Amino acid sequence: MEVAAGGGCGTGPPLLLSDSEQQCYSELFARCAGAASGGPGPGPPEGTRVAPGTATAAAGPVADLFRASQLPPETLHQITELCGAKRVGYFGPTQFYVALKLIAAAQSGLPVRTESIKCELPLPRFGMSKSDGEIRFGNPAELHGKKVQIPYLPTEKNSHKRMDDEDKQQESQSPTMSPLASPPSSPPHYQRVSLSHGYSKLRSSTEQMHPAPYETRQPIGQPEGSSSEGPGAKPLRRQASLIRSFSVERELQDNNSNYPDEPWRITEEQREYYVNQFRSLQPDPSSFISGSVAKNFFTKSKLSIPELSYIWELSDADCDGALTLPEFCAAFHLIVARKNGYPLPEGLPPTLQPEYLQAAFPKSKWECAIFDSYSESMPANQQPCDLNRMEKTSAKDMADFPVPTQDVTTGDDKQAANSGLLHAPPALPPRPCPTQSEPVSEADLHPQLNRAPSQAAESSPAKKDAIHAQPPSKPIRRKFRSENQTTENQEPAAAVGGAASAAMVKPHPTVQKQSSKQKKAIQTAIRKNKEANAVLARLNSELQQQLKEVHQERIALENQLEQLRPVTVL
Amino acid sequence: MAVCIAVIAKENYPLYIRSTPTENELKFHYMVHTSLDVVDEKISAMGKALVDQRELYLGLLYPTEDYKVYGYVTNSKVKFVMVVDSSNTALRDNEIRSMFRKLHNSYTDVMCNPFYNPGDRIQSRAFENMVTSMMIQVC
Repeated sequence: MEVAAGGGCGTGPPLLLSDSEQQCYSELFARCAGAASGGPGPGPPEGTRVAPGTATAAAGPVADLFRASQLPPETLHQITELCGAKRVGYFGPTQFYVALKLIAAAQSGLPVRTESIKCELPLPRFGMSKSDGEIRFGNPAELHGKKVQIPYLPTEKNSHKRMDDEDKQQESQSPTMSPLASPPSSPPHYQRVSLSHGYSKLRSSTEQMHPAPYETRQPIGQPEGSSSEGPGAKPLRRQASLIRSFSVERELQDNNSNYPDEPWRITEEQREYYVNQFRSLQPDPSSFISGSVAKNFFTKSKLSIPELSYIWELSDADCDGALTLPEFCAAFHLIVARKNGYPLPEGLPPTLQPEYLQAAFPKSKWECAIFDSYSESMPANQQPCDLNRMEKTSAKDMADFPVPTQDVTTGDDKQAANSGLLHAPPALPPRPCPTQSEPVSEADLHPQLNRAPSQAAESSPAKKDAIHAQPPSKPIRRKFRSENQTTENQEPAAAVGGAASAAMVKPHPTVQKQSSKQKKAIQTAIRKNKEANAVLARLNSELQQQLKEVHQERIALENQLEQLRPVTVL
Repeated sequence: MAVCIAVIAKENYPLYIRSTPTENELKFHYMVHTSLDVVDEKISAMGKALVDQRELYLGLLYPTEDYKVYGYVTNSKVKFVMVVDSSNTALRDNEIRSMFRKLHNSYTDVMCNPFYNPGDRIQSRAFENMVTSMMIQVC
């Protein structure tokens, strides 16, 4: 049978389809076209585009199908272009058949050319051709019933390739403002039933990095900015079903992820998001968040208090009433899981243990992330920073402000480390607990520009461990101990003279490299300081108010006392 | 080893009480309640001396024919009361002390949880597991 690939295409050779191919293709086409009418995805947005008399396959199911072919995205785009759908803007039968033939060619290893389709080819293979439709149909029904999900995905995609900076800013801001409420810009995205869908979707989104789906997600609900893909992307727009269905495909295919059924594993994007959130509460990623701050933060997730209490119990491994970064990530992850309907585990899963998290995501990555995303995240985080700061009454976090700026600007490691450690908050007296082994000598072995955070990072866990070995001690002892730690760090650091000097040379080139960033860093530091000043001024006024009130109370009590005291007047 | 373990708040209401279900639980509740008087007595007796030197472990509060009741009080006047079987003669004082220490540690962990308001009933699973481990050896 021959199907002339003219009509819509204009160019392109006549298509030779064998019987089996014809059957397969028509079935697939019917399904795509049928899915279009039955599913949530609309056809081409401009309805007038449809050539009269021909059925068109909606771009959503078509894109799903193409992706099910497990070809790389560039190939798929080439195919889309070649088959002519891009030009005409829709998938007519001819375009569809040509595309399928090209997919078969690509899967056989032939280059994507119009000549390839002239020869005999096997049928194109799709990951889940049978169950596509049902799953797609199943999902929308589920979707509308579900609550809107935590939008960790937009920020994570933001931290990776992103076409538009403004969208990134917008999306990264909105999650940080209300981290567990959905931003209006991405409502239909992530109404997933089970977390594993989201997980595998995340993994696939990082690993495959389809530009087209990025485009689709981007303009959803937002003004269309990019669409550099042109007509290829237009039919794919506003396909929320696309995201859902291809995530389901991902889960079932599972060719991209190594951990199909482990909802307790934190992916890279989630990690980024959690770290950003942590930073919004606590600028120093090597320090910890106090219990009250974390409580306020997690209460926003609208989980019940017993559940939050249990999640805290699971994640605060050393039971000190404060959350370090890995503990915080674990807690956040558990909250996310719970909100997605996962029952809470009996014990902390091994992939959420702090040691595992620290090993899996080495500190150097976090600290580099400081510089990378520092200037970006700081403006976005100023606002929630302030809001959170107002809730805290301790001045220790204010004192933390100068520390990172010093690190950024001066790079004076030891002094910064000292001040940082002295201001490290000992929330509650530490408890005797089994100690984790964190070699303090790591600080010497990894001299970097950001040596201060690394020192703080290693010495603060080490300090915590050392304290844990002692009986519950008062905060004063902790500071004393921290000074000991820093002196210990300094002495071996000084003793390693040659190595240290050689290592110091290393930071210098990096300093020079980041000279351009320093201006930005200085500006952000200035901004930060101004914010800190404003916050401190507000705090001051609040405390003055409280002081006045307390004075008044005192006066009232004294009056009462006077009255009650028996008057002995003789 | 213990038959009943109770955590009493400063205002003498129970934060946590659990007994082995073999017998009438009410009896244990009553025993714990009466032991509170003994605890108060011991505290006040020592309280006139330097409070800092008061030991947390109170020792045997009072024995009955079937059971012995031990007490422990923290510096914040939270009391732990433990009822053990009299027939269990293998239990030595040191073991009781260590059990109370474990209880105290678990209680501190519960307090560290910012979602726990002091004065609430203790619902922490870790605490429950720890108490179960202490009680399960009876049966």
